[in-house]
Amino acid sequence: MDNLYFLLQQTLYFAIPLLIVALGGMFSERSGIVNIALEGIMLFGAFFGLLMVKYIQDMQGKEVLDNVSRQQLVLIVGLIIASLAGGIFSLLHAYASINMKANQVISGTALNLFAPALSIFIARSIPFTNYTQQVNFRGKAFLIKKVPVLGDIPFLGNILFQQVFITTFIGFLILILCYIIIYKTKFGLRLRACGEHPQAAASAGVSVMKMRYLGVIISGVLAGCGGYVFIVTTSTQYNATVSGYGFLALAVLIFGEWKPVRIFFASLFFGLMKTLASAYSGIPFLANLKLPSEFYRMIPFVATLIVLSVSAHKGEGPRALGEIYDPGKR
Amino acid sequence: MHKFLDKNLSFFSSLCAIISGLIVGLIIMLITNPAEAFSAFFTILTGGLQEGLISISKMLYDAAPLILTGLSVGFSFKTGLFNIGAPGQLIIGAVVAIIVGVHFTFLGIFQWLVALIFAGICGALWAIIPGLLKAYRNVNEVVSTIMMNYIGLYLAVYLVKLVVYNREKNESLYVNANAVIPSLRLGNLTISFSFIIALLIIYIFHIILTRTVFGYELKAVGFNQHAAKYAGMNSKRNIVLSLVISGALAGLAGGVIYLNDIGRALEVVDVLPNEGYLGIPVALIGLNNPIGIFFAGLFMAYISLGGFYMQIYNFVPEIINVIISSIIYFSALVMLFRILLERLGKRRNVHG
Repeated sequence: MDNLYFLLQQTLYFAIPLLIVALGGMFSERSGIVNIALEGIMLFGAFFGLLMVKYIQDMQGKEVLDNVSRQQLVLIVGLIIASLAGGIFSLLHAYASINMKANQVISGTALNLFAPALSIFIARSIPFTNYTQQVNFRGKAFLIKKVPVLGDIPFLGNILFQQVFITTFIGFLILILCYIIIYKTKFGLRLRACGEHPQAAASAGVSVMKMRYLGVIISGVLAGCGGYVFIVTTSTQYNATVSGYGFLALAVLIFGEWKPVRIFFASLFFGLMKTLASAYSGIPFLANLKLPSEFYRMIPFVATLIVLSVSAHKGEGPRALGEIYDPGKR
Repeated sequence: MHKFLDKNLSFFSSLCAIISGLIVGLIIMLITNPAEAFSAFFTILTGGLQEGLISISKMLYDAAPLILTGLSVGFSFKTGLFNIGAPGQLIIGAVVAIIVGVHFTFLGIFQWLVALIFAGICGALWAIIPGLLKAYRNVNEVVSTIMMNYIGLYLAVYLVKLVVYNREKNESLYVNANAVIPSLRLGNLTISFSFIIALLIIYIFHIILTRTVFGYELKAVGFNQHAAKYAGMNSKRNIVLSLVISGALAGLAGGVIYLNDIGRALEVVDVLPNEGYLGIPVALIGLNNPIGIFFAGLFMAYISLGGFYMQIYNFVPEIINVIISSIIYFSALVMLFRILLERLGKRRNVHG
């Protein structure tokens, strides 16, 4: 049973950042802008968020560092910085693809290469990080051993309220908010309209430009936040990479067919695969199969390809995705 | 003036993108270390010439894989496809070349050639899947090649660990001496065969695109898929072939990089090799034209070398990647430069 709890806890650690980033991607793509820059934005957000965390933790004494509830505040401050950094960085993508009608894949690639280069350059140029590209922080300080009362619930308490990071709850909150915003608000309806048929949206008085800007900025904020959550919960060191997680989130988004609830399940599935890749040898049934860990890491991408090859014919996904907005088109 | 501008607009915007990218680099350098920024920047600009023929040899060596990945991306662009899968095709080519280069010692002096050929074939095979998916299932090639990149990365890691693993360094084994791509030595100037192969492929690329029916069809499909189909061209076949050739070139680049004796092996990490992505800026700056790509590849190798020499000024060489990614970003902003140039043109006309 302990094994199972461990497995599910690990799955959540990996799934939550995927969920946040993929939901971000959803806002951009639902507004009609392809965002393959998620990887770069994640990294950018994580870098600045963790610089902040390191800055605060370096000043704190031992008692404060051991005080879990006070460390949550540090975590949140870092999270806000990471989200802001992600949002600001994504403006570059918005400007190129909306104002300049640029090829969105090219602009996204530029951001993906720019983020690690800049973060390494900055980190190696300043004494704060000892002139290395790594940013070390105390990740363990953020771990909540057990939430009072809720942690005692059988099964669910073990998975959701023991050995948990506050970011897990933030992830669920974001999921609920995203669902409400995209389906239950005027803004969500307008945003989706811009991704399906921007000319029709425009004729109904919606500013396509504004909607798409908001879509890209929200995606940047969430990607920055997700990148930070990923590093904080699964590592104790930022090393100028998010290991392809942004592209994995893109796969989650497509596998989840651009819909929030499906994205949630897709991220759980992908998170489980990531967990199995590192923990399969501890599970007797899987250890006997003797499949290499790389096999589990491939599955999400293979599965996405299969889903695509089945569904691309039907034209799933936002219809105007990646198209340059031409107000005169009918 | 206007006519002249129209004709050379893409060339000018490419030039503008390079200059803007360099300016971004300079600004960042000025912020971090104003005292030495200009001398370091000058070193970047004179990168390929620091040590005369030795640097030029290095530049030619580094340029070969860049030209090949640039041709890979450029070739698919010609058909209207965006092959962002070059990193995956490259790593597959690399791992196959390394396997042949380590284990197939019975090939004697042909080992490097066979390794390269295998690298190209496997790169092509890796690209055939997105090609078929695009042609027959209408799957967007950008998404499918991204997925193939990561499948390729994990497959490559698996294969390295399985057959050519150097456990101590957590990377692949070094290839056999016969598997190292040979080079010509003319005094201080060294020209690797990989560079000669790149030149040869540029020539073939040029011939295919300008002199053959196949090349004509590829371009026609790129301009308008439906019109090409209406004119009786088999657009499905052309889509697959275009990606296959593109993949072969990327795979070849993988072979070219790792069949070396300078101690570079394939690391077992979760990161795709940067060279694969660098094909995109090379193709963009080179305007998808074989000769343009040749010079763009040389340029990219030139400033990267500049970044290497610039380290004496206490600058981190990563500034080069900042510059290159800025160049990519600015080359996406063709419209901005078009507007700027047109305004410039108008003003000239008024004065003239």
